Amino acid sequence: MKTTESHTNLTTPATSGSKLETSSTVDVFADAKILIDSRDSALGLHLRELWSYRELLYFLTWRDIKLRYKQTVLGATWVIIQPLFTMLLFTLIFGKLARMPSDNVPYPLFAYAGLVPWTFFSNAITNSGQSLVGNSNLISKVYFPRIYIPAGAVGAGLLDFAIASLLLGPMLFYYKISLTSQVLLLPFFAVLATALALGVGMWLAALNVKYRDIRYAIPFLVQLWLFASPVIYPASIVPPKWKWVLAINPLTGVIEGFRSAILGTPLDRTSALVSVIVTFIILVLSFFAFRRVEDSFADVV
Amino acid sequence: MKPIIAVEGLGKRYRIGAQSHNSLRDAVASLVRSPFRTFRSNGSENTIWALKDVSFEVAPGEVVGIIGRNGAGKSTLLKILSQITRPTEGRVALNGRVGSLLEVGTGFHSELTGRENVFLNGAILGMTRVEIQRKFDEIVAFAETEQFLDTPVKHYSSGMIVRLAFAVAAHLEPEILIVDEVLAVGDVEFQKKCLGKMNEVTREGRTVLFVSHDFNAVNSICERAILLHQGSVAMSGVTADVTRYYLDHSNNMYSPITWSPRPDDSVDEVSLNSVNILQNDLATSAINCRDPFIIHIDYLIKQPLRGSRFFLIVRNAQGEVVFTTSDYDVMTTEAETRRPGRFLSRILIPGGLLKTGGYYGSLGLDIKDDRVVFAADDTVHFDVFEPEDDTQATRHRRPGAIAPLLSWQTTELSK
Repeated sequence: MKTTESHTNLTTPATSGSKLETSSTVDVFADAKILIDSRDSALGLHLRELWSYRELLYFLTWRDIKLRYKQTVLGATWVIIQPLFTMLLFTLIFGKLARMPSDNVPYPLFAYAGLVPWTFFSNAITNSGQSLVGNSNLISKVYFPRIYIPAGAVGAGLLDFAIASLLLGPMLFYYKISLTSQVLLLPFFAVLATALALGVGMWLAALNVKYRDIRYAIPFLVQLWLFASPVIYPASIVPPKWKWVLAINPLTGVIEGFRSAILGTPLDRTSALVSVIVTFIILVLSFFAFRRVEDSFADVV
Repeated sequence: MKPIIAVEGLGKRYRIGAQSHNSLRDAVASLVRSPFRTFRSNGSENTIWALKDVSFEVAPGEVVGIIGRNGAGKSTLLKILSQITRPTEGRVALNGRVGSLLEVGTGFHSELTGRENVFLNGAILGMTRVEIQRKFDEIVAFAETEQFLDTPVKHYSSGMIVRLAFAVAAHLEPEILIVDEVLAVGDVEFQKKCLGKMNEVTREGRTVLFVSHDFNAVNSICERAILLHQGSVAMSGVTADVTRYYLDHSNNMYSPITWSPRPDDSVDEVSLNSVNILQNDLATSAINCRDPFIIHIDYLIKQPLRGSRFFLIVRNAQGEVVFTTSDYDVMTTEAETRRPGRFLSRILIPGGLLKTGGYYGSLGLDIKDDRVVFAADDTVHFDVFEPEDDTQATRHRRPGAIAPLLSWQTTELSK
């Protein structure tokens, strides 16, 4: 502030030319369409605004899908390759070498049915966790509900999820397993997986803006989470003493549920219910947390 | 009439320095060090007010220019009005949809085609799909990019990207349009078209906030202007009055302009004491384009540097090098021997040469065919303005990096 002394020359602004008539300012602020107030507690959820921007979710999802496979040689084939090769690897190591039990289902089918929701979930939280930082130019230049950025990243994974699921058809045919009426539960578990991915993804994305360490923590988290979920092994081999650990992991219900919907194996209602409750809690908490901090993203990103 | 924008006591404080915890370790460490202090309460020493106690109102249909030097708080104000960042104090009432054009092409993705980018950008700016579809042909026609619609934007020229981006934003039809420095880019023809479009927008009764340091552009489209200085409203009123006020007071507002050296502007062999600009014997950084001005460089030579040469590179706001000058061009005894001591170099830059706009000067010293002794980027900054709006002023709008006033001697050779 070198020029404070010269600033005194400027303190008598001559205001002229304004077309405004004197208006009582209280009025203006009371019935403004958009009110920006520093004293706003920021706890309002602005759901109406979220709704008015709903098409942006579609566009951001569409953008993420378009961009993902541009300039890749194999394109969308990667969607199948990733879980397929992991399945082959798991079959070789855990199915053949370690002789992992698989609830009387051929191990490759068992592994693939678990890998499809797992791959979706792990990609979704990784991508949405990075999404805010990756879109920093947008965040610092244009206003829109920021929640659609991580949501779009999760949404883009849904297409991959659907494509990867299609391969289950030929596999079921090969192993001569027919679908039961339980397959009707499939959409329910897909929605549950999406909600969980969104809850975790939003939270990671918001944390990542402030603490860039999260970027390095995400791969580690994903790796740990894989072993804490019944993807490689069935929940049934976990000793009863440790069942609760698996049960509070909301992904257990999702993966086991997805598997029984496809394979027609008995559904563990308790773990599904726990998963629904935990997912709901995570989603609500993370939504509120995100809304509370989103105003400051532009200043820190 | 009820104002469409009402701003009351607006202020924005930024934290500067290493106070914000950008890694978890720092956050944990500071929590351990002072567990009873919350994260928010930082000492006031590391904060600056980018905006302080700003109040104004804008009536529907008004076109208001926001002017001020870099760092006056223009972009912070716009960021608050377009809800990108929250104010620290004060409040704003907006009675209509806000479309902001803080930087054209934001959200354009180089891998996507022109068509795809129009839809994506439109959605980001708040348009619905139906709305974009309805205006699509108009947008493309305005941008003159019909034949490249299905080409990825990465193959576009920068001018084409700007045209397309402006076209999308101009067709947004918000009640309040915020435009920031868009006209600094693109060719003259397109600039005219943009100004025309903005006039059309205002005829339809929409409100425009136009932010620029190009007085000519502000003068031609805004009836009213607000001058920001050091985060506060210095003057508000009819555009012509405000620009005149700004030019009259620019010396008071910005003098004495002396750039103190930063730690890296000093090496073992040479160090920079100060750089300042004088026009008509006044230290200033607002340069009247008609008159010559002098750049003073005060430096210390610590060791003999035979064969060395000082150079000054001047870039315009678009980052293009306008010229490079060196004391090697017109050799002096000082330059030849470069003996130790304190020296003052004066560089005289003639009037009637530069175009209006912002300029940045980088200083350096090198030894021919050997090494760069030191280089200090963007040490000098000055704004060139045109004092009068007359026929001579039109030269600033012609293509070209400079706008020299040259003499044309014309003699009649035959009848």
